[in-house]
Formats: sequence, structure tokens, C-alpha cells
Amino acid sequence: MSTLEIKNLKVAVEGNEILHGVNLTINSGEIAGIMGRNGSGKSTLSKTIFGHPDYEVTEGDILFNGESILEMSTDQRANLGLFLGFQGPTAIEGVTLSNFIRSAMHAKNPEAKLENPIKFHRRLRKDLESMGLESSFLSRGVNENASGGERKKGEMIQMKYLNPTIAILDEIDSGLDIDALRTVAENIIRQREEGNTGFLLITHYNRLLTHTKPDVIHLMHQGKIVKTGGPELAVELEEKGYENLVREANN
Amino acid sequence: MESKDASERPDIEIDYKAGWADPENFTVATDRGLSEEVVREISKIKGEPEWMLEFRLKSLKLFEEFPTPKWAESAIEDIDFQQIRYYVRYSDKEEKTWDDVPDNIKETYEKLGIPEAERKFLGGVGAQYDSETVYHNLKKELAEQGVIFLSTDEGLKQYPEYFHKYFGKVIPPEDNKFAALNSAVWSGGSFIIVPKGVKVGVPLQAYFRINTQNVGQFERTLIIAEEGSDVHYIEGCTAPTYSSDSLHSAVVELVALEGARIRYSTIQNWSNNVYNLVTKRAFAYKNALVEWVDGNIGSKLTMKYPSIYLLGEGAKGEVMSIAYASNGQIQDTGAKIIHLAPRTHSKITAKSISRADGKTIYRGLIQVAPHAKQCVSNVICDALLLNEESKNDTFPYQEIHRDDATITHEATVGKISQDTLFYLMSRGIPENEALALICMGFFEPFAKEMPMEYAVELNRLIEIDMAEYGAIG
Repeated sequence: MSTLEIKNLKVAVEGNEILHGVNLTINSGEIAGIMGRNGSGKSTLSKTIFGHPDYEVTEGDILFNGESILEMSTDQRANLGLFLGFQGPTAIEGVTLSNFIRSAMHAKNPEAKLENPIKFHRRLRKDLESMGLESSFLSRGVNENASGGERKKGEMIQMKYLNPTIAILDEIDSGLDIDALRTVAENIIRQREEGNTGFLLITHYNRLLTHTKPDVIHLMHQGKIVKTGGPELAVELEEKGYENLVREANN
Repeated sequence: MESKDASERPDIEIDYKAGWADPENFTVATDRGLSEEVVREISKIKGEPEWMLEFRLKSLKLFEEFPTPKWAESAIEDIDFQQIRYYVRYSDKEEKTWDDVPDNIKETYEKLGIPEAERKFLGGVGAQYDSETVYHNLKKELAEQGVIFLSTDEGLKQYPEYFHKYFGKVIPPEDNKFAALNSAVWSGGSFIIVPKGVKVGVPLQAYFRINTQNVGQFERTLIIAEEGSDVHYIEGCTAPTYSSDSLHSAVVELVALEGARIRYSTIQNWSNNVYNLVTKRAFAYKNALVEWVDGNIGSKLTMKYPSIYLLGEGAKGEVMSIAYASNGQIQDTGAKIIHLAPRTHSKITAKSISRADGKTIYRGLIQVAPHAKQCVSNVICDALLLNEESKNDTFPYQEIHRDDATITHEATVGKISQDTLFYLMSRGIPENEALALICMGFFEPFAKEMPMEYAVELNRLIEIDMAEYGAIG
């Protein structure tokens, strides 16, 4: 079993502290959900885990299988088996999804022989179809002229091919219609079963969590995890709302 | 996080793969420097008709009278015209089979992969080594259809009537200082005639190589596509990496007669001690199409603005160019399109990347004449800067003398966004490879216009540059 451990993590952006000591553990094969309002620090947490240069760790540590990853570059962290599904994936002009994924697969395992590009393209096209993406998504640059929903589906495709140990999906559910949400949830469950991948699902809504049935749910507020519980926490949140739950937690 | 701000990245030299030099054991060369004697000597070596000598001498006078362009980058002042050798020849004749090409020269082209390319996908090949063409071959089927593909010297001997009609007519020596220089000392280049209605399905290629230190290469190319014909011509350029400079100053004249199509593709990869000052112009007659696909990767200073004169109704002109200015390089490129007839169309797409202290400049001109009604022109010009020190200037000129012209111009100057880089790196792609991918993606509209082999080569050059760049960064 692999573990990503976040210990008393404090993070500042341009000198302002945003995370005030976060503790969190994600195990491979498990699904964790993290809920919170906009600005509670959820995306800061995911970008910090991947070493985004704008986020400065002022205290605490991030450990993968017991080893600190704070000194590692973004690509090195990814090649440990970490995957980040972006909230707003950027477009990469002129670079096809096929080329992008192949470059990533090659970076992860430079010794492995790459699959024949035509076969790879065919396999990718099939996966796109089952994700509900049109094949024109393949002939454009990554995320070029793509809607928010298409971009999220593209993130799921990339995850499948990179087969990570731990995947952090940042609001993967936003911009998706109900059918697409179900497809995404099914893919998460399948990835856990087939790849023993551990997930941290960052979301506003409990709908994704209802579909994926997390083992653990964290409530994040003002840069801290204020409450941790089982799947029932999502239901409780839906009923009582953030405000009440946070007040209860603080008391 | 090891990723640093772009401005902190150090400068690194390009690993220039074509940078070796063969021994300089030439058989014939003029003395260094330019004079009437040198011009007379070149003409005599070639055994030219009297009128060509007159043309050369007139051009020499014009070159001497022309001031250096005031608007040019100051690097142009460093050219020492008296240090340059204006004519250098290694071989006594032009060969038609590889076996007969002198061994040292043959090896050079084999290293550059030319015979292989010829076998695979070319209809004909010309190879110029310093001043003279050393090899020329055209596939039999094309010759049987009446296609003519010769060195320009040989063309002058065999087809003087075409020279009287077209040579120096598209680009007269009066046009600019470097066109005058080329007209005075020209040697080699390609002469192509595609007869009426003939469509040349495979590209014809010329490969230009400068070998001798301080040599000037002044090839002169003339392509005439007769009515309804179609041809794709490709040129590639390399040179050894010397400590002192060389000069490449070509003139390329294209004539696309009614309904003809000429596509002219260039991958310029001179070593970064070559001044590359080239005049390229096309005449497009009624319903003709001329396309310049122009890639500039190498050289110390390039000044090149392929132009198209749309002379007949319904003519179309397109320029697709890229420029990559790495450390110490200036790529001063652009395009000129002159709409001289009604309902003519033009499109310019210019993309440039500057890295380290490299500088890219776009100079463009769109002109619509008073009688050229209902013209359409579309210009897109995008620059990408990789470092704080890298520079770009954009000078788009328009002279539109019609109200009914549809003219659009879009220009962007951008930097690689931190978010894009982070996105690629979050997939495990190291920074240097991520940068190379972004650059290749940026040049993709150009790469897809090139034959596969060239697109692959372009990507390889960028990868090499970035690999070195990122290794220390």
C-alpha cells in the first residue's frame, strides 16, 4: 500500500498564509472526499502537493511512502505515481492529446517501448467515445476550443492512461451534466478496482460523493480540516449546510 | 520546486549538428574582396554571354551606391564585404549520379541525408556546395513531361530565351542593396520550368551548403510555372560553425502564370555565423496561387521578407513563416503582398519564438492598389518570448487605397504561462521537454505544411536546443 501523508501543512501565497496546518492521509485503494466552500483552501492544497511555484510551504511536510517530496520538482512528484486532475485545465496550442499522453507515458517510464502510434490512437479514440467525447477532441490541441465539461472528461482520460497510485481530482464534477457525472464516477470506481488507485476528490457538492461512496470525508474551512467522518458526513452537510456544520465543528 | 522563473535561466549554445567543415581544398576561387576584376573573373570562369557580364557590372555599381538600409539591425554593420570570397569552386563539373560527386562532398550530403531523401520522396535534387552546383538529378518521368530542373548556370546556357524574358525582371538589381550584390556575383541556384498543365506530384529540392570560411553564397533561383501547372520546391541550408562570418545572399524569382501554383518551402538552418540576407519575390498572374512556406531556425542575422505581387484577377498569395531566434540570433523576417488586381486574396501567418537574448522581428506590408477592387487580406502574427531578455518587434504596414478591401490583422506577443508549464509538468514531463512541446505546438501550423521528414527535423532541432537549455536551468 502507498500513502500520501500531509502533516501540519502551512502554505503561503505572496506572504499570506492560506493553509494553517492541514493534516491528511490518502491511501492507495481508498477514496477520500474533501468538501468546503470556495476559498477554503482546497485548490491551494492540491497545487501545493504538486509543487506549484506560487505556493510556498512555510511549515509542515508532504510525505509519499514516508519520504518528503517537498524538494522534488513537479514532474518528479508526478512520476512517483501522483496525478492531479485540474479544476480548470489550460489549453495547449498545437499539441494533440495523443502526443501529450505519449510524452507523459514516456517521461514516466523512459525505458518502456511506446505503443505503435496508430494503435495507440485507435485505443484512445475508443476510450474517448466511451467517455462521451467527440473524436474531433483528438485532432485539436489539448483542450483547445473545448468546453469545461469536455476538459474534465479529458482529465479522466489522461488519468486512465497514466494509471496513478494516488489521484487528486479538483472539482472534477463541475461543468458536468448528470450523465457525464455518472460516467466520471464509474471511471473513478473502476480505476480504484483495476489500478488500486487512491483518490482525493475535491468538491462542493455531495453528488459525486454519493456516486463514488468515499471511505472518508473531510470538511475544510478557512485553511484547516475542521471535521472528518464517514460517508454520512456528506449527507449531514447536505442537510445542515456548511455554516451550521462548521459552527458545530468549531464548538 | 526546482522550476525557476524564466528570467533566471542561463544561456546555452545550440548543439549544431550540421556544424562540421570539410577541408578547404577548393580548385578555383577568387581573391577575397569585391571589385570589378572579381566580377569579370566570375563571368569569365562561367563563360557567360556578354549581356550577363554587363548586367553584373551594372549591378556592382548599384550595390556600391546603395546605402546600408537605415532600418536594419546594427549587426548588419559588422559584415566586412572585403573579407569575403565571392566565388569558390570544389568540383569541375556538375554530376548526375552520386557516385561521380567528389568523395568529400558526397560524404557531407550523405551526413545530411540527401541521397536518402531523394530516393524516398523527391522528384529531383540539386546540391550546391559554396558557389557551384555539384549534383543535379531529375526523375525520368518528370523530364519526359518536359519539366526542366537545372542549375541556373546551366539554364542560362541551354535556355537563354527564358533569361531574357524573366531573369532580373521580378527582382531587378535596382530593388535593394543585396539584390544588387547577388546580381553582380550570382552563381548556382535552381532554374525550373514546369510546362503548361504539368503537375509535379513530388517535391523538387535544392540543398545549399556553405563550406569555406568567409565565403559568400549567392545563388540565384528562377522558377517559371506555366499556365495551369503545379510545382512544390523545397530548399534546405546548412554551414559549418566557424569563428568568422559567412554571407548568404540569394535572389529567388518566381513566376506563376495563369492558373499555376507554386509552393516554395524553406528550412533555413545556417550555423549562427552566417548572415542570411535574401530577396524572394513572386509574380502571380490571373487565378495563380503562390505559397511561401518559410522556416528560419539558423543564421546570425536573417533579413528576409518573401513577397508576392498579385498581378492578375483572382490571384492568391500565402505566406506561412516561422522564426526561432536562439542565443545571439536575430531573425528579421516577414512578408510583403501587393494587391495589383481585383479580387485578389492574401494570407500571412507569421509565428516566432525568441529564446535567451534572441530577437525576432516581424516586418510586413499589405498594399492594395487603387484599381484592385474587392481584395481580401488576412494577417496573423504571433510571437512567443521564452525569457525576460528575449525580444520581439512587430512592424505591420498597410497601404490600402480601396474602401471595399477586407483587411484583417491580428498580432499577439506572449510568454509561456506558468499554468501551462505546470500542467505539462504535473503529468511527469520534465521542464525542458515541456517547453519543447509548447514550442512545437506553437509552430504546428507551419510543421503540418512541411513534408513529414522536415517536420520531424524541425522538432528535433527544437528538442536539442531545449534539452541543453533545460539541463542547466
